[in-house]
Amino acid sequence: MKLIYERSQRGRRAGRPPRPDLPTPDVPPELRRSEPPRLPEIAEPDLLRHFTQLSTRNFGVDTGFYPLGSCTMKHNPRVNERLAMLPGFRDLHPLEDEGHAQGALRLCHELQEALAEITGLAAVSLQPAAGSQGELTGLMLMHAYFADRGEDEQRRKVVIPDTAHGTNPASVTMAGYELTHVQTDPRGNIDVDDLRAKVDEHTAGLMITNPSTLGLFDENIEEITRIFHGAGALMYYDGANLNAVCAISRPGDMGFDIVHINLHKTFSQPHGGGGPGGGPIAVAKRLEPFLPAPAVVRDGEHYGLDYDRPKSIGKVRGFYGPFGVFVRSLAFIRAYGPQLREMSEVAVLNANYVLARLKDAYELPFDRLCMHEFVLSGRRLKHEHGTSTLDVAKRLMDYGFHPPTIYFPLIVPEALMIEPTETEAKETLDAFADAMLAIAREAAEQPELLKEAPHSTPVGRLDEVKAAKRAIVRYGFEEHPDLSAEPAAAVGVEAPKGA
Amino acid sequence: MSYLALTDADRDAMLETIGVASIDELFAELPEGVRFDRELALPPALTEQELTAYFAELAAANERPDVSFLGAGLYDHYVPAVADAVLQRGEFLTAYTPYQPELSQGVLQAIFEYQTAICELTGLDVANASGYDGTTVAADACFVAKHATGRSKVVVTEATGPQIRQVVKTYAPGFGLEVVEVPHRDGATDPDELREAAEDAACVIFQQPNFFGVLEPAPDLAAAAADAGALPVAHVDPISLGVLEAPGRYGCALAIGEGQSAGNYLSYGGPHYGFLAARSEFIRRMPGRIVGETTDAAGNRGYVLTLQTREQHIRREKATSNITTNQTLLTIAGLVYLSWLGPQGLREVGETCMALAEYAKERLDLPPAFSGKTTFKEFAVRVGRPAREAIREALERGINPGYPLGRDYEGMDDVLLIAVTERRTTDEIDRLAEVLGR
Repeated sequence: MKLIYERSQRGRRAGRPPRPDLPTPDVPPELRRSEPPRLPEIAEPDLLRHFTQLSTRNFGVDTGFYPLGSCTMKHNPRVNERLAMLPGFRDLHPLEDEGHAQGALRLCHELQEALAEITGLAAVSLQPAAGSQGELTGLMLMHAYFADRGEDEQRRKVVIPDTAHGTNPASVTMAGYELTHVQTDPRGNIDVDDLRAKVDEHTAGLMITNPSTLGLFDENIEEITRIFHGAGALMYYDGANLNAVCAISRPGDMGFDIVHINLHKTFSQPHGGGGPGGGPIAVAKRLEPFLPAPAVVRDGEHYGLDYDRPKSIGKVRGFYGPFGVFVRSLAFIRAYGPQLREMSEVAVLNANYVLARLKDAYELPFDRLCMHEFVLSGRRLKHEHGTSTLDVAKRLMDYGFHPPTIYFPLIVPEALMIEPTETEAKETLDAFADAMLAIAREAAEQPELLKEAPHSTPVGRLDEVKAAKRAIVRYGFEEHPDLSAEPAAAVGVEAPKGA
Repeated sequence: MSYLALTDADRDAMLETIGVASIDELFAELPEGVRFDRELALPPALTEQELTAYFAELAAANERPDVSFLGAGLYDHYVPAVADAVLQRGEFLTAYTPYQPELSQGVLQAIFEYQTAICELTGLDVANASGYDGTTVAADACFVAKHATGRSKVVVTEATGPQIRQVVKTYAPGFGLEVVEVPHRDGATDPDELREAAEDAACVIFQQPNFFGVLEPAPDLAAAAADAGALPVAHVDPISLGVLEAPGRYGCALAIGEGQSAGNYLSYGGPHYGFLAARSEFIRRMPGRIVGETTDAAGNRGYVLTLQTREQHIRREKATSNITTNQTLLTIAGLVYLSWLGPQGLREVGETCMALAEYAKERLDLPPAFSGKTTFKEFAVRVGRPAREAIREALERGINPGYPLGRDYEGMDDVLLIAVTERRTTDEIDRLAEVLGR
């Protein structure tokens, strides 16, 4: 399909801004644009056709089942889109006088209160833009908390399990902490003996997801909390898997001091092909003074912004956070109310059902009931038939499904991480399980079907090695290279996809 | 209301397949001590109709003025209907990050086209598929510069937006960076002063137009930074780049900015997109997603996430950033907007903003806060009394006249920062003049 720049014709256009009858001001010559940017020149009908055609070459939750583990690809209620586009929200400037923004501030406050209740913690900041920024903010809070106690120089280490999302270690580095790894035990829990040996007066905190990326609830969570709090360290909860435990088990009650919440996972902000998201953090009372400023506060019937936070870490993004995301997430929470528990229950039921249907055909590394997601290994298919997890994933596309997260977590070879979410019907789960079983049979009978998959997508398997080597990252106009004339690399790059 | 799909019969059948008697049994492994044993204290569930009514009430409680001249970082530019139409396509809206390229060619190609548009606007070689907003990309740029130069000081001009500076300072300790600010001189930055501050610095960040709306001597600032061996980084407004020179053309190593002006609604501060572009030599140090072109085995052209060995899911603690979720959908709105305008339309928007701003200066006839400066769409005037007072009075008459600069800068309590976009009319400006006149 053509790039929009290849549809462009000089002099063609769609939009026209108003041109009031006023003189055009001069720009000093040394600051004036010397050559116009080569933006697309296209009429509106073809502009819309271009993007409509692009959309038909994309797969979303609206297209079909999307069991991408750790990403919580649930239904995105359309009413939430309509609410976020109400002019009173959509066209509100963040610097508008507080008295003229009472509805927006009240909405922020209600979301803060709801998230505090759901996480079991005292205070919430909505500012972080995404989960990974929530992590970074949480680690900055650790620094600020220990600096306030005179212990920041001493406590340099953050402990992370080997099942952690890649964002956790990356955030630790960005926050200027050192990383300590802890292992997973044979039941899929954190290895408590290993942990105990690694936590001391130099430890600032622990970062984990619970349930873990294996989809397992850590059975020793109370002991883990005792170890960290006993050493004077803090507990950080990566809320990526919160969808499993709403109203079932709260991070604050497990002993966590800092939690980030992925509004784009649990609370249904659409993922938008990569974003936007929202990564609010909830904290225990002793960490509240350090939260980003401003805070949204309530005084009787009046809502306001409190900038007077002398111990605050500062600001991690502009203004108060991704407000449009707050509208959608609060709408989602208000739709369920206390029945959020049922949401998590069904998420866990759906996952266990698919697990029960697949565990004989694929290997289950930890034979337990799962939470909202589970991890299978495709190792046996690889050994017996030479078909990799990547091949299974690509073949699933031919059956009309988005593949699960693959090659993650790293401790499971040929991993397939499957998260059905609560919004799927049994027929959909059955159709997916049937496809996975059929693919396991195909691996034995016609392995080439898998190795050459997908067969039904707009393009076949793409040459990622060539892409990285040549790094063609923008259209080159007259000088744009023709990559089809260049030799292809062997296909099958095995890298984590998802999470 | 819930968005669940299972019937009671489905649940029974599924529990039987799993081999448990009840949903509670699925949670048997949870230690007793951490089980939540009451109902969540949340307001009762609402139907879609009730939700709509409740949120309409909240939206209506935001009593926006009839006309607003607020800017100070986010601006009331027109968002065309085609941007809404494209963003409502469920295939874009409800997709995840395009890890599986065969099912994601739509988003991947759109990102590739967006990267191209940002490169064209900035005059640079490579753009990422977005940072969170116009503040966090400044911190990202510092991180790139630190690793590219091995230096640990960064310089930011005081005339750069206060929130941008605050975010850089919040990130700095973790990055091991020292932040130095260079004061403005009557609303603009002095290149000689900047050169001195830039000694041993990894980068210099300046804003064009700056927070006061003033056009900085940007080529001189970039040259001053480069003289000192620091990477020049321009924070630019995309709307200005049909009229103002591309940062890459005057020697900037990186260009960053807030994308909201181009295609996103104000939305009380977000979500929007931050853009980051660089010369090609920095490509392997860049944070965030980058889409590249390639082919499939049959030679068909296609797009993939590329250079992923920079990223957290591969490199973990050695990654160039922790960023994962970004602002892709908002960048698609940006691409649609820029395509809708084209090069001519973008220049015209810039010219209209400037023309209306000049008209406003003339009509207001208030002393400029900074003398003899060329401005773009925003300008600062002295209102002869506390600006907050002038704002309060204007609000009572249905107009928000602008932003009080005294909030962030000393000695400017009587200064009002007024933003004039192409959405303002001469009639509205006349009304502003009437309200601000005494």
